[in-house]
Amino acid sequence: MILSDLVERFGHHPLGIGQEIGRMVTTPGLDNPPLNITEKELTRGLRYVAVEAPSGIRGRMGVLGPLVEQAEAAIVVKNADYAFGCSGCARANIQLIYMLRRKKIPTLEIEYPKTREEAKVMVKRVVDFLRGLGGTNG
Amino acid sequence: MARIAQISCGTEWSGIQDLLEKAANMVGAELFFPEVDLESIDKAVEEVGVNAQSPNLRLMTARAKAVVDGAPAEAVLLLTCFRCAEGVITKHAIRRYLQEKTKIPLVMYSFTEKPKLGELLIRLEALVTLAEKKALLARERQEGITLGIDSGSSTTKAVVMMDNEIIGTGWTPTTTVLDSAEKVKREALEQAKLNGRDIEGIGVTGYGRFLLKEKMSVDLVQEELTVVSKGTAFLANRQRGEAMVIDIGGLDNKVMTLLNGVPDNFTMGGVCAGSSGRFLELAAARLGVDVPTLGKLALRGDPERVKMDSYCAIFGIQDLVSGLASGVSKEDVAAAACRSVARQVFETQLQEIDLRQPIIEVGGTSLVDGLVKEMGEILNADIVVPRFPQFGGAVGAALLVSGVV
Repeated sequence: MILSDLVERFGHHPLGIGQEIGRMVTTPGLDNPPLNITEKELTRGLRYVAVEAPSGIRGRMGVLGPLVEQAEAAIVVKNADYAFGCSGCARANIQLIYMLRRKKIPTLEIEYPKTREEAKVMVKRVVDFLRGLGGTNG
Repeated sequence: MARIAQISCGTEWSGIQDLLEKAANMVGAELFFPEVDLESIDKAVEEVGVNAQSPNLRLMTARAKAVVDGAPAEAVLLLTCFRCAEGVITKHAIRRYLQEKTKIPLVMYSFTEKPKLGELLIRLEALVTLAEKKALLARERQEGITLGIDSGSSTTKAVVMMDNEIIGTGWTPTTTVLDSAEKVKREALEQAKLNGRDIEGIGVTGYGRFLLKEKMSVDLVQEELTVVSKGTAFLANRQRGEAMVIDIGGLDNKVMTLLNGVPDNFTMGGVCAGSSGRFLELAAARLGVDVPTLGKLALRGDPERVKMDSYCAIFGIQDLVSGLASGVSKEDVAAAACRSVARQVFETQLQEIDLRQPIIEVGGTSLVDGLVKEMGEILNADIVVPRFPQFGGAVGAALLVSGVV
């Protein structure tokens, strides 16, 4: 949430798993709780990973792959806390980071902070990165 | 002897390395592991871009970079364990990397502890062909009078060609390999108004090719991946540029990407009746029609009216039967059968390979209109079905053999 807020504050549009899942669970007409992942998402995931990848990866990629396609810049937070927004799958993360690297878009890779001081450094690096991208408040 | 770089993870621990080497020897190839320095591994991982955690997958990535940097490989065999998530992600990243950086033919395979020797052999044989027979595969024009025989698992096909034209064809369900081959040869010769002495060269392909080599006087024996590619490029008049070939056969299926008529990547389905013509045969029998009629019925049906929970030839057919029992029409069931096969091919085959235009469908199932329509809808593309699509392998064999006699 903090990252999304920062991205917006610097004039950019955040693409995050939280918003995407929020959209999925509130879309009328779908009924496959809790995430409303259907065969459609798993088939869409095949655009990004082969069929022999486990279904959980294909389902994740069906939701997250299109976000990578839309992305014009990326912030990768490594070794994040359990509560920090992520897909919960280290293998899906490998694929996502691979796709981001292939896109050759501006990418900031940072470690998840463990102390207040590290958090300040992280926020500063994110702010510098976002400023470097331009945008309405950059 | 063709030198094939083995870029793999898990073959030794799965106990299949010996089998791999035996299979390579059987097709006249030698496997080798490209050498790498331990210090170079992290740099290779960085360059390829996929940051696998398993050290062996990282080593595999470095071996791929060694090939790009000049390790003496004429072809690449890319292998990971079946169902390894990190393996499949890494393997496909390496495939893209090698295809972007080199023109070396490669083939991928996901193995279990008991890989089928036949599946390994056909891949390795195709790799050897691509590596060693470049001049032969460059042939685009058939010359003289030649016969091509495609001894398939379900049907046997033959064509006689004369000076770049098809002048006779023969087709029969495969019973015994030799009898079926002799039968289609006779038919094709009769249609061409020729006799056996007029034939200057015979090329054979398909499952029964090795038996035909022993029993008939043949001049070229070639696996079907390269032969069908050449035949399809000829039939579709696509000898230059890129193309993609989908061949859904009686018991398996093949997908090849072509550059100038020569495959530069391919994937083969295992023996799964759900993604083959066999599923359509079963569905047609249940509807009391033949397969071409099922294809025509499918054009008028709505596949959404039949709930399919499985693509399997057993459980999927049960779904079709349940659909009939609930009152949906024959047309809807036929459409659902075609969609089921198209989706199964899409999900098991087409994700391993880059989609290229034009997409050309061959093989007997390309005559099933409903299947071609469903495949086009799934791929969001117009599918090209050339003339004589069921004879792609036989035409390729007749074309190629004219280059060796």
